[in-house]
Amino acid sequence: LSTLILAEHEGGSLKAQTLNAIAAANYLGKESSISLLLAGSGPSLQEAAAHAASCHPSISKVLLAKSDKFTYPLAEPWAKLLQLVQKIGSYSHIISASGSFGKNILPRAAALLDVSPISDVIKISEPHLFVRPIYAGNALCTVRYVGSNPCMLSIRSTSFPMISMAADSKSNPAPIDEVDLSTIDEDGISKSRYIQQTTQESERPDLGNARVVITGGRALKSAENFKMVEQLAEKLGAAVGATRAAVDAGYVPNELQVGQTGKIVAPELYMAFGVSGAIQHLAGMRDSKVIVAVNKDADAPIFQVADYGLVGDLFEVIPELLEKMPEKK
Amino acid sequence: MKIMVAIKRVVDYAVKIRMSMNPFCEIALEEALKIKESGFASEVVSVSMGPTQCVDTLRTSLAMGADRAIHVDTKEMLYPLSVAKLLKALVDVEKPGILILGKQAIDDDCNQTGQMVAGLLNWPQGTFASKVVLDKEKNVATVDREVDGGIETLSLDLPVVLTTDLRLNQPRYATLPNIMKAKSKVIKKFTPQDLNVEIRSDLEVVEVTEPPKRKAGVLVSSVDELIDKLKNEARVI
Repeated sequence: LSTLILAEHEGGSLKAQTLNAIAAANYLGKESSISLLLAGSGPSLQEAAAHAASCHPSISKVLLAKSDKFTYPLAEPWAKLLQLVQKIGSYSHIISASGSFGKNILPRAAALLDVSPISDVIKISEPHLFVRPIYAGNALCTVRYVGSNPCMLSIRSTSFPMISMAADSKSNPAPIDEVDLSTIDEDGISKSRYIQQTTQESERPDLGNARVVITGGRALKSAENFKMVEQLAEKLGAAVGATRAAVDAGYVPNELQVGQTGKIVAPELYMAFGVSGAIQHLAGMRDSKVIVAVNKDADAPIFQVADYGLVGDLFEVIPELLEKMPEKK
Repeated sequence: MKIMVAIKRVVDYAVKIRMSMNPFCEIALEEALKIKESGFASEVVSVSMGPTQCVDTLRTSLAMGADRAIHVDTKEMLYPLSVAKLLKALVDVEKPGILILGKQAIDDDCNQTGQMVAGLLNWPQGTFASKVVLDKEKNVATVDREVDGGIETLSLDLPVVLTTDLRLNQPRYATLPNIMKAKSKVIKKFTPQDLNVEIRSDLEVVEVTEPPKRKAGVLVSSVDELIDKLKNEARVI
């Protein structure tokens, strides 16, 4: 077995979800070799490659694709890159995290390689036997891959906790090889152009891997009121999440949406304020360790998954929590 | 220019025993209709694949405003790779300038077909779109995409594959006159054999199980009690 991981990097190091993908690759068995594919341009790529080479003892090789074509995460050139690298390396598995980056690129590359990818894997039972949620997480489907190589997976980060770094890993980094891009198929890749990305700057931890997540729903009634949720998050060192209704109403930007089609989170503590608990929302947070729900409506479905429920007015409860909750550790 | 819209029939998320159009496909169809109404396109063709009952879903798409429909009739299990190949074959027949799909179906939650057909066609892809602006002169689509870090904007040459996110638009309801009109619209039937596509399954479903249930929680009566429980029982703060 040999696995290729489509790595994401930013500011000279691997992103957290790529470490989750490495954790997942380790479930394929001890005999499996793991290569990381990094692409991009500029000095930060070299830094990220160094990080990748020494991030875990299971990494046997880092592949580096240096080109301006990969400066932005455009699916067209990246899928062709995966196709090329697979042709050279004949991997048995290709894995990416199932964030918007992997979801955009992996299926396109799979089509070029004429194989069926498997999305959102939450468990690797055997090298070709996987579990993935369907129907917004209301059922779990065990699937066996019976197609030809490569078996392409996107993995749900929250299901594969980050592996600890070996102490001596730094002393023995994996070799870094540059990918020969001279034979890449460039046909059509200039038809898509990156213009910009708008991001809300925030000091708060990343929603995907925060220890505590504080979520607000439509009951907050306005963007102004939603600031109470943000204040509480600040006090607890938590990330802020939102329901689809709160995002649709314009209280917060889209990247905060938790649910079937938004972010999947599984923090140690999830606190939901004014969230009714639609199945699409539960799909995004039901694996949280401890769930707290505060809602005026005692019949809200969120209470069926909450470890601690408080029936009450969030406009009274949040200020009281702000006053009484201990500061972040 | 033509627009093709791919539509999937799924279990209705609100009523468990009813089948209906996948919500993301409704958004895809709405976007196609809006583009046609803006004068950019002349025809909207909806496409669905699967058993005979897909015709009902296609009839709904005609009632919403699609001009005609295509049904690929098959009882075989269709995974996204097969759907993408069938769509590519239909694109080769119909030659649309835009192919719009929902970003995922709410049954299998795969989120793959749009990307796969774009790859097979070697067309640019604008996935998870929350805003689409078309430039008729340049033949370019400017697409806002919902990505993990916020909104990404791309400029894509037509022909293009788009997949829709939730906030792209608000799908319309079919009106009674349009439901009546839809009855006389044409639904053309193909089989995978007609399209020279071999249906292949790379996957076998071994079992479908219920996820582990969460233990029933407790209701607390005050903020003080909640903080106490979080501190001393759950030990998370």
